[in-house]
Amino acid sequence: MTTLDTDLAPAEPPRLIVFWRRYKRNRAALLGLALFVIVLLMALTAGIVDPGDPLRRAGAPLTPPLTDWATPLGTDQLGRDIFSGIFYGARISLMIGVVATLVAIGIGVLIGALAGYFGGWVDDVLMRVTEAFQTIPNFVLLLTLVAIMGSKIEWITLAIGIVSWTAPARMVRAEFMSLRGREFVDAARNLGVSNASIIFREILPNALPPIVVYASVLMALSILLESALAFLGLGDPNYASWGNMIGQGRSVLRTAAYCAVFPGIAIVLTVLSFSLVGEGLNDALNPRQKK
Amino acid sequence: MSFGLPPVFAYALRRLLQAVPVIILIMVATFLLLKLAPGDTVDALVGDMGGADAAYIARMRAEYGLDQPVWVQLWRYMAKLATFDLGWSFVYEQPVSVVLMDRLGTTLMLMAASLSLAFTLGIALGAIAARKAYSLTDNLISTLGLVFYATPSFFLSLLFIYLFSVKLGWLPVGGIKTIAGFYTGWDHVVDVALHLIMPTAALSLIYLSFYMRLMRATVLEVADLDFVRTARAKGAGEFRLMIHHIMRNALLPVITLLGLQFSTVLGGSVVVETIFTLPGLGQLASQSVVQRDMNTLMGIIFLCSIIVVVVNFLTDVLYARLDSRIELA
Repeated sequence: MTTLDTDLAPAEPPRLIVFWRRYKRNRAALLGLALFVIVLLMALTAGIVDPGDPLRRAGAPLTPPLTDWATPLGTDQLGRDIFSGIFYGARISLMIGVVATLVAIGIGVLIGALAGYFGGWVDDVLMRVTEAFQTIPNFVLLLTLVAIMGSKIEWITLAIGIVSWTAPARMVRAEFMSLRGREFVDAARNLGVSNASIIFREILPNALPPIVVYASVLMALSILLESALAFLGLGDPNYASWGNMIGQGRSVLRTAAYCAVFPGIAIVLTVLSFSLVGEGLNDALNPRQKK
Repeated sequence: MSFGLPPVFAYALRRLLQAVPVIILIMVATFLLLKLAPGDTVDALVGDMGGADAAYIARMRAEYGLDQPVWVQLWRYMAKLATFDLGWSFVYEQPVSVVLMDRLGTTLMLMAASLSLAFTLGIALGAIAARKAYSLTDNLISTLGLVFYATPSFFLSLLFIYLFSVKLGWLPVGGIKTIAGFYTGWDHVVDVALHLIMPTAALSLIYLSFYMRLMRATVLEVADLDFVRTARAKGAGEFRLMIHHIMRNALLPVITLLGLQFSTVLGGSVVVETIFTLPGLGQLASQSVVQRDMNTLMGIIFLCSIIVVVVNFLTDVLYARLDSRIELA
């Protein structure tokens, strides 16, 4: 956003304010934003609220919730504090959500932009690759990638990005195909602007709104994928992860269901917050679209 | 579709030819990717045996062709694949094709049950929500949809197990049939169905929410179009309007989504089958990863790709049947 509309039309209020006005019209989206802020605060304050390693022993194993102030949500079968695990888990979930989404959008924008802008054989080849990725069940591909690269958190995040880029690629391609014939693109081309410059500085900013909305969906999906991996015991064992907590809680489901229920609620609320925020963004960015 | 069957066959053939390069691409890429993994089948086997001397290991590598350059191995694998020979599973000591066929039935049953549930309930609830838009019913359905969407299948599975198996004792915790039950005929069918209830529900709810939300949006959109107004003006009842005029058109995007998402649902079966110990392809996939049974993993990817291609073809045909503006050509 280097040049604002305000330079040309001083009467209009700044974009951000218009955006916020449209966003807050959707009450559910406001709730989503509030939930998101809570999760974000949990992630940021994890080290302050509960200093130390969330994987260490904090009390007697399987202390029920609300019985001990030191472990308000109880402890699991190894005596680890569930409250602290949920705070640190928020950190991991958000980090993986954000980074994997950036990876997926990065790959998707690149492939979609090239395919949509150049068309022809470039489009054919890139779309066959996209189809190939869409044909393999994404979780099977994710398992395969993790089997190859190992369970380090960096690799898991990258792998989640690699299995999630096809939808943004198709969206960007469609936008590029409809935008590449517009007059402003012709004008830029006639002025001798390079292809790279047209793609990234002229067309891309116009193609972004649907991608921004889809980013919230991707965040939610990334968090779900990571938690499913961790649930199966294929996540990074060095970090507290909600999915892993639920996986561990499975073995004590009969006697101490809370071990799985609290992190489960955390996932549900986090994913919910992203999809609500996504709807709000959609309303704010595409005000003409019907609900 | 005015020519009866032949165009469908021509279309099927063309789609098949388009799918071949995609599947070759998938298999070559997966093969090369798996070659990057540390350790091969021989390492895994030797590890299981508790070690072996270098000469023996070298002989085993030569026997399996693993001493050849990667491109030779790739060529051999692809040449065999062209005759649908998926190689040998060293973990199950059977041809991979046999292992896969043992598991295919369970997964197809789970898929069919989950998708029918998600689809029928999804479009029904979506249509109801749209007809009563912004009412209490709509809000209730939409909220339910959001919650389904946000609940991971593995968490849902555990909740189901806790509620229906542990607390109420109504449904079996896992497996596809009662071990040593020796049911036959109708009893066997009922037994398998009981085992599939929880996995089906756990796998389908998230997709149910997708179909529901899409259906609600498209019904709202279609209900405003001119041809609906015309039909209403001509005296069509609300029910007939809904079924014949609105639903038929609103279904189209939902069917597209069904086709697009099929591979994701197949991926979701990995988690659900693992939790409920269902002997299907998904469970096999996660086991093969852990056991480094690369041939089996490649076989699963191959089979799943073919299933996805076939399902996408079928959804396209269905789409064309429903939308007379589209000709399969």
